Amino acid sequence: MTAASLFSRLEPLLPGVQKPIQYVGGELNSAAKDWDAVDVRWALMYPDAYEVGLPNQGVQILYELLNERDWILAERTYAVLADMEAVMREHRIPQFTVDAHRAVAAFDLVGVSFATELGYTNLLTALDLAGIPLHAVDRADEHPIVIAGGHAAFNPEPVADFVDAAVLGDGEEVVLAISDVVREWKAEDRPGGRVELLRRLAASGGVYVPRFYDVAYLPDGRLDSITPNRPGVPPKVHKHTLMDLDSWPYPRKPLVPLAETVHERYSVEIFRGCTRGCRFCQAGMITRPVRERSITTIANMVQTGTEHTGFEEVGLLSLSSADHSEIAEIAKGLGDRYEGTNISLSLPSTRVDAFNITLANEFSRNGRRSGLTFAPEGGSERLRRVINKMVTEDDLIRTVAAAYSQGWRQVKLYFMCGLPTETDDDVLQIADLAKRVIDTGREVSGRRDIRCTVSIGGFIPKPHTPFQWAAQLDAETTDARLAKLRDALRSDRRYGKVIVFRYHDGKPGVVEGMLSRGDRRIGRVIEAVWRDGGRFDGWSEHFSYERWARCAEEVLANEPVDVDWYTTRERGPDEVLPWDHLDSGLDRSWLWEDWQDALHPTGAVAVEDCRWTPCYDCGVCPQMGTDIQIGPTGRSLLPIAAVS
Amino acid sequence: MSGTAPNPQLPVVQRVRIRYAKRGRMRFTSHRDFGRAFERAVRRAQLPVAYSSGFSPHPRISYAGASPTGASSSAEYLELALTRRCDVGQLREALDAALPPGLDVLTVVPAVTGALADRLEASDWQLTLPGVPLAEAQRAVAAFLRTDVIEVTRKTKKGPRSFDCRAAVVTLEAGPAALSPEAGSECAILRLVLRHGTPSVRPDDVLAGLGEVAGFIAPVPPLSDRVAQGPLDTATGTVGDPFV
Repeated sequence: MTAASLFSRLEPLLPGVQKPIQYVGGELNSAAKDWDAVDVRWALMYPDAYEVGLPNQGVQILYELLNERDWILAERTYAVLADMEAVMREHRIPQFTVDAHRAVAAFDLVGVSFATELGYTNLLTALDLAGIPLHAVDRADEHPIVIAGGHAAFNPEPVADFVDAAVLGDGEEVVLAISDVVREWKAEDRPGGRVELLRRLAASGGVYVPRFYDVAYLPDGRLDSITPNRPGVPPKVHKHTLMDLDSWPYPRKPLVPLAETVHERYSVEIFRGCTRGCRFCQAGMITRPVRERSITTIANMVQTGTEHTGFEEVGLLSLSSADHSEIAEIAKGLGDRYEGTNISLSLPSTRVDAFNITLANEFSRNGRRSGLTFAPEGGSERLRRVINKMVTEDDLIRTVAAAYSQGWRQVKLYFMCGLPTETDDDVLQIADLAKRVIDTGREVSGRRDIRCTVSIGGFIPKPHTPFQWAAQLDAETTDARLAKLRDALRSDRRYGKVIVFRYHDGKPGVVEGMLSRGDRRIGRVIEAVWRDGGRFDGWSEHFSYERWARCAEEVLANEPVDVDWYTTRERGPDEVLPWDHLDSGLDRSWLWEDWQDALHPTGAVAVEDCRWTPCYDCGVCPQMGTDIQIGPTGRSLLPIAAVS
Repeated sequence: MSGTAPNPQLPVVQRVRIRYAKRGRMRFTSHRDFGRAFERAVRRAQLPVAYSSGFSPHPRISYAGASPTGASSSAEYLELALTRRCDVGQLREALDAALPPGLDVLTVVPAVTGALADRLEASDWQLTLPGVPLAEAQRAVAAFLRTDVIEVTRKTKKGPRSFDCRAAVVTLEAGPAALSPEAGSECAILRLVLRHGTPSVRPDDVLAGLGEVAGFIAPVPPLSDRVAQGPLDTATGTVGDPFV
């Protein structure tokens, strides 16, 4: 397979496309390695536009640590925009990497990171442009192995036809293990072709190869079984969990794009995992247990990361950043270090109950006050108990009162609509809460220019969560419920203009819901949508509900299932779920009990966080051989002399 | 919060002017892309750049006469305000090392002459036209120069806009390529001096003008390269050095 640069063919065409800079590469800290000097070559794809894909932490981490090995090369590729796709088809330019502009088909492996299901059609575009057969079974020995990862890969069944393999969980160690297997197989002169390579990967139990599993269906459309179809392939595939994050301080040298991207900052993951136990939250369920980075590693990463990039904003990331055992010390220590510089710190994802004003002030010392965002998720206290997000209204009011009295003028509140057991009344309570927030703000600040944004997302039941059995609310009811909330917010002139209401209609959520809990039959829907022109489904200006609905109806016409069957249908305890053979560590009976606890007739039963209370037996740690890794370490930060 | 302006910043003690190049694949950076890359390079190089005061302090960098996205240039200019006196040679090296290849710092001088933007009166462009026979280019240029007013239309964000592209052209001539890009293929070179003004006329507009007067169409997108930018000598029609 040739791997010459395609750039000389591409260059004359670039003046004719939008934002050509996204296709030229050359970012600071990008790698340019010798093709012939390595044994294993990865093309890493984020299946969205460059401006969205470049900042992705997962891709950057894997890119850096793969390229650190002298025997591995990794380059990146992103979804090309429609105008570029047309130009590439016209001039027969295949899908290329932005690093050395090599044809993606020339690589040994294509690793694709699915943060959301809405990237599936973009994978098909890339494979098609690359000249790689769409269906894994049609690929020959010379084609790359296409491997999916990311959160959506915890149910890869909808894309099972298109990927050769999928991996669950943290990618750091498994990409190296896969590289080892590929290197060995190539060194042996590729015995048994790609099927043997896939067999070796599958035999480890840590790489899922869909073609080695048969799915049987019941006459009513439910799954009957998912079973290995060859010896040596384990019945279950387990997720990967990276322990001791201090020894994996990536990204060390993040890519600095020339193009404008969605996040222009250096991000440090301060911990991975979350055990708060919010029942809707797939991220919290599949990334257990909590593993913290220590205060000193975080500070070192911030120092070297900003030095290597020149970024001015540092984001301290995690699923609930204020929950770090030493967050106060981190905030104060970094605040002291960067006092008087133009480096600003931000703390995305903070819980209302973990937030405190001292912390907020540490993060705005240099005067930059971004808005504060809190996510109570459920409008009523009853509903917040159902979802196990135990934030009381008084907690929230106390927090916003502190914020408004300290000079903040704007608070953003995030909620979901369509949660299990939800009624109109639960959602209408959001209006009361928002009004109380404004009243409180006006009272404590003595000012009238207090604002509050209410932002609503539709709830989508996700695999590997206690709500995986739940019925998704249909689009019509969602829209009607949100219309009532909008009316309630606008009815009172005293609040009409100061409460900004943001929501989307319920239809895109239906498609996402079908993809989230879909099985292999959904692959044909994805392909039909893509053939019909479906691209960039995560972008509202490109997404077409009509197309998805029409294609699903056509493709599933002769099946006992339809879109409603996948979305608004509640599942029973004994139903085989499409991801039952994929082991996130969570005990299935624990998930079911937690689902029943949510629905308890006398009020939902609470689950406490296992970081601070005894283990509640979700099953992850014993199943995966992992443990909670948290501080405090008791260490503190000293000023760095070099910081000027 | 007190009543004083937040983030008081150190005073400016020196201004330096920088000539830089934007070439190779970096020619596809937009003006905004370059600005972000440059500000980050300034921070990586740990230069004592001055910041504006206020809630959202910005590094004090003045860009002048940036070339269009897709055009290459070895004559781009900007001015940088510093809070500490620096050796311009060391500053050039540090900044050049911090920028990606293709964004290259060529010259750094202390700011002494009048406002930089006022010194940039005109640009000298070289347009490479692969696939265009020299005679055809010469014919189109002759027709262009014979005409007094040539209306062209450019797509802008506010919709199509028409303007005259002829008056801004100080000199225009067609010549052969020194080295043909591909053996056997024809290639003409245009040399063009454009006076800056409003509306600002770009090389693309002149190419559109050649199309208007002579039906000239480039088979391959031409490559525009700014060779010089600076004061215009109206007697000779040449572009001087803005640092002198």
